[in-house]
Amino acid sequence: MTIAIEAHGIAKRFRRVEVLRDLDLAVAAGSVFGLLGPNGAGKTTTIDIFTTLVRPDAGTAVVAGADVRRDPDGVRARISLTGQSAAVDQVLTGRENLVMLARLSGLGRRAGRARADELLERFDLADAAARPVSGYSGGMRRRLDLALSLVVPTRVIFLDEPTTGLDTRSRGELWRVVREVADAGATVFLTTQYLEEADRLADRIAVLDRGRIAAEGTASELKARVGGEVVQLLGPDDEVLAERSTDGTVHGLRAAVDEFDRTAASTADGARVAIRRPSLDDVFLAITSGPAEPARRADLIGSKG
Amino acid sequence: MTMSTLIDAVTGPSAPAPAPPALRMRPRGLTAEAVLIRRSITHSLRDTEALLMAVLLPTLLMLLFTFVFGGALDPSGGYVDYVVPGIILLCAGFGASSTALYVARDMTTGIIDRFRTMPMRASAVLTGHVVASVLRNLFATGVVIGVALLVGFRPTATPAEWLAAVALIALYILAITSLFAAIGLAASSPDAANAYGFILLFLPYLSSAFVPVDTLPDWLAWFAEHQPITPVIEAIRSLLTGTLMGDAAWWAVGWCVLFVAIAAVWGGRLFRRRARRR
Repeated sequence: MTIAIEAHGIAKRFRRVEVLRDLDLAVAAGSVFGLLGPNGAGKTTTIDIFTTLVRPDAGTAVVAGADVRRDPDGVRARISLTGQSAAVDQVLTGRENLVMLARLSGLGRRAGRARADELLERFDLADAAARPVSGYSGGMRRRLDLALSLVVPTRVIFLDEPTTGLDTRSRGELWRVVREVADAGATVFLTTQYLEEADRLADRIAVLDRGRIAAEGTASELKARVGGEVVQLLGPDDEVLAERSTDGTVHGLRAAVDEFDRTAASTADGARVAIRRPSLDDVFLAITSGPAEPARRADLIGSKG
Repeated sequence: MTMSTLIDAVTGPSAPAPAPPALRMRPRGLTAEAVLIRRSITHSLRDTEALLMAVLLPTLLMLLFTFVFGGALDPSGGYVDYVVPGIILLCAGFGASSTALYVARDMTTGIIDRFRTMPMRASAVLTGHVVASVLRNLFATGVVIGVALLVGFRPTATPAEWLAAVALIALYILAITSLFAAIGLAASSPDAANAYGFILLFLPYLSSAFVPVDTLPDWLAWFAEHQPITPVIEAIRSLLTGTLMGDAAWWAVGWCVLFVAIAAVWGGRLFRRRARRR
């Protein structure tokens, strides 16, 4: 297995705030790697360090074979970044954006124009190519943003919360594109707050919490860590009245149901029991200090052992 | 958009197996600067409001100062010859101020991060804005001079003096644009950039641009005499209409070079600092 990104003991603080501490990470070449974490966990700082925007205070990071500190231009030659705010020029047209980036990536005039047309066609932007980007929809802007990252087919592509603010359809479109980019051989490193996104896209997932990797593995490995089936008590309109994680055994399920039995809610009209597989949500809540209600978190963690 | 077309988009057409990943090359020579100058010029040309302002403002100011104030300030009708250099600098300052806005906008959107993660001089973005501003404001200067000639401006300059005057105006535009670019880097948002830059636009009023310095109250006269705009005005006036030059040219060039240097050092530091954190 070739390693596309390897980080050891990365630390970064801004003034008094310790954003990353002792972060270790390895990403296999050709895979999609999802970095998951609540707001403020240090996801963007991690990307900033890997893409040479920010220098780490301590630790080493090697991206596509080049050290981010000693050879930043070597890293830059081999990566593309699609940041959180769309890095497109609003005044220029879609084609002008692509040609500009091609020229800035060392392509000649003719080659740049050819590459731009190719990408416009393939990202379904040919009809809008001559229109200023300011008139594009959010989804089109994101597609152009990603096309700009692919002007040169670099080895590693960084996506910082690529689908934030997109509607469901545009999100689905973008997921497909990212998957296809990875299938073509590039390594994709993405951060996200959406668990579904990580579940659908990422081969491996790392959960970042308070500047450290709190857990790492495939989605099913992570889910297995939380335990077995989750027992839910549902109200008449399918609303969740109570929820217990179990170890998946008959005894465990019965204990959870017994526990519901002792609550007043279980006797309400139309109340019933349902069982579901643990989701990445459960993993996230169990592992991070994220924006979960404390009571529910305590439930999850308390019933784990 | 099918899977195979997307794979083509990444690896090039008809590639059965993933092609070896390409390297992003460093643009040769001054290509980055040329590309980004072109970008900024396109921005200027598409900003129709700013473009309209660049033509309207000099025209209106010229007409205002010649026909409304001119008669009171110099009943003999010679005020137009006096006021042209002042209006040129006023318009250039106004036109250059949008540089702060453009720079701040680039620094607060993702586009600068994209350039910074490429093997190129990211500062070429600033070069682009500065050069576009110089060209834009030389155009506005042309409008001022054109309108001035129509309303009775009678310059006495030889071709060499014209050349020197235009060179000095260009140097002044470069100086004030550089300052505005640095302000754009220092500002936390495009709106803030706009607000800070406002102060610079007042300087021409407190100089010899519109009235001779000796008509001002003593304390103001001292300031007007020694502030950087006055020697620039006096030098341009002398070149165009043959008034007394004195040492104005040296002071004018000195001030402008000093401001370019200050803006370059200050802006360079700000640019590197903002590189580390948005």
